[in-house]
Amino acid sequence: MLLEGEFRNPAGCAISAIFDKTGARFSGADIIDSIAVMRDRSNGLGGGFACYGIYPDKKDLYAFHVFFTIHSARKDFEEYIARYYEIDSDEDIPTRKIPEIVDEPEIRRYFVYPKQQYIDFVKTGPDECVFRTVFAVNTEIKGAYIFSSGKNMGIFKAVGFPEDVGRFYRLEEYEGSLFTAHGRYPTNTPGWWGGAHPFGLLGLSVVHNGEISSYDANRRAMEMYGYKCTLLTDTEVITYILDYLTRKKSLTFEESAEVIAAPFWSRIDRMGEEERARATYLRDVFSAELVTGPFSIIVGFDGGVMALNDRLKLRTLAVAEKGDKVYMASEEAAIRRVCPSFDKMFYAEGGKPIVYRVKGGKQ
Amino acid sequence: MKYNGKTYLANEINDQIKAAGGTATLTEVLGERFIACGLKEGVVTIEGTPGNALGAYLDGAKIVVKGNGQDAVGDTMNEGKIVIHGSVGDTLGYAMRGGKIFVRDNVCYRAGVHIKEYGEKVPLIVIGGKAGCFLGEYMAGGIIIVLNKDNAPDPIADYTGVGMYGGKILVRAESLDTVLPEQIKCRRMEKGELSAFTPYIKEYSAEFGMDESALVSGTFYLLEPDSNNPYKRLYTNN
Repeated sequence: MLLEGEFRNPAGCAISAIFDKTGARFSGADIIDSIAVMRDRSNGLGGGFACYGIYPDKKDLYAFHVFFTIHSARKDFEEYIARYYEIDSDEDIPTRKIPEIVDEPEIRRYFVYPKQQYIDFVKTGPDECVFRTVFAVNTEIKGAYIFSSGKNMGIFKAVGFPEDVGRFYRLEEYEGSLFTAHGRYPTNTPGWWGGAHPFGLLGLSVVHNGEISSYDANRRAMEMYGYKCTLLTDTEVITYILDYLTRKKSLTFEESAEVIAAPFWSRIDRMGEEERARATYLRDVFSAELVTGPFSIIVGFDGGVMALNDRLKLRTLAVAEKGDKVYMASEEAAIRRVCPSFDKMFYAEGGKPIVYRVKGGKQ
Repeated sequence: MKYNGKTYLANEINDQIKAAGGTATLTEVLGERFIACGLKEGVVTIEGTPGNALGAYLDGAKIVVKGNGQDAVGDTMNEGKIVIHGSVGDTLGYAMRGGKIFVRDNVCYRAGVHIKEYGEKVPLIVIGGKAGCFLGEYMAGGIIIVLNKDNAPDPIADYTGVGMYGGKILVRAESLDTVLPEQIKCRRMEKGELSAFTPYIKEYSAEFGMDESALVSGTFYLLEPDSNNPYKRLYTNN
């Protein structure tokens, strides 16, 4: 029998998000209900959630969520991390034992902050320390994967249908101001715990429906800047591109969207002079970060959320607003399930980012 | 037959619709896919938000949705009629080869992609509002009418008719600034030319209880493939 990853699956995937523009926190129960409507889009080989604002008591600390897939990995990881980080606390991530989720690795979280001498050594700030640690652990410590590394946010993911993954992680017990969700139908790559979405780095997270034709070109470009793809799937590289563009190059999320879903040259030719100069500059300077192939993504970040479709719009993404709440999903029905009537609804257009921020959120 | 959103699987719903002779009212519908797939007769009325591929391969029945549709409504439909009292998502009428679809409001990307006609089988799509990019992409036959009932300045979008090699797209607009592919001929319709299409507009108006007089007045543009300028390259460079 061929194992998952040794054959090709037809495409699917579902994504969904709920966000409160005031930053007010609400229960994680709704996001499970929303993604569950699109069960037919997944095949049980991956589900996950990114939850923002869930650790307010430890909001200045980095929350590492870690999988240990082999026994020795935890000891190796803890020894490594103790050298570079002050560890505030650590614990098993609470789960609910349910028959739908099997073969779980050891799943733990660590609230940490880089030691001063590590920050002094790295010189470019604590975020850069965490960036280095994530890649060092994921590539050098066998069986250990940091799959979430932001402040006051956390990613929860597993092999299974997303609604089961949500119950497994007791998501309804968390309160946050943004939840994103993913139901996976892996196409070219294995369905394993690390390969489930969301993918995260620092405060960024990405859920993705689609398939990236430019994956290898993007992967090689990102490796030049120290981003090593270890999780065997295309979405990972979008996360690193966005971290590179927004954190290291200080682009806004709107500008980053113009890089990864760049306008066609034929459209640039029709732009006014100023707009054309900017669009040409972004395409020329960041040509290796252009992402081609079908995708719809929802990007969670510190203080906001962005929805983006590929420029040909080969995937679909509905957006609705009701009061201060914003809903996004691959299907309108997934929004209606948790918000039966909304103030307005529209579909994201190809290559045009839809960004919502809390007041004072990151550009 | 009545359905109240309690069964999840589309084949169970479809089996019940067929057992009831094709006529059914479905309420509290939320994302169930393939409703009325291949149905030959009857009238299916839907309240709620039906899932993707509503009326796929439809073969004679009528579907009325009191709400919005999602993606791939009327995928490859062969005969029958779909009426949407709202808007729909992408790829409306994908590869349709017969029958009629009426959408009261807007359609998203790729409506009428690759629809085709043969002999008496001429598919018809009437869109009350606006259409997204790639309307009629690879269109090989049939008729698409964009009525632009709210008189928007840009009722159609980029790449309309890309790869089109048959059929007709009518757009009601005072002027048309959309950049069209070189292989498409676009011209204002002459007085009297519209009369061949007014029965379709009347049918739209009747379905939604609207006044047809506003919809048949004003300027219409006709988009057709330009047979003097065949294809060399469909898309631009990356």
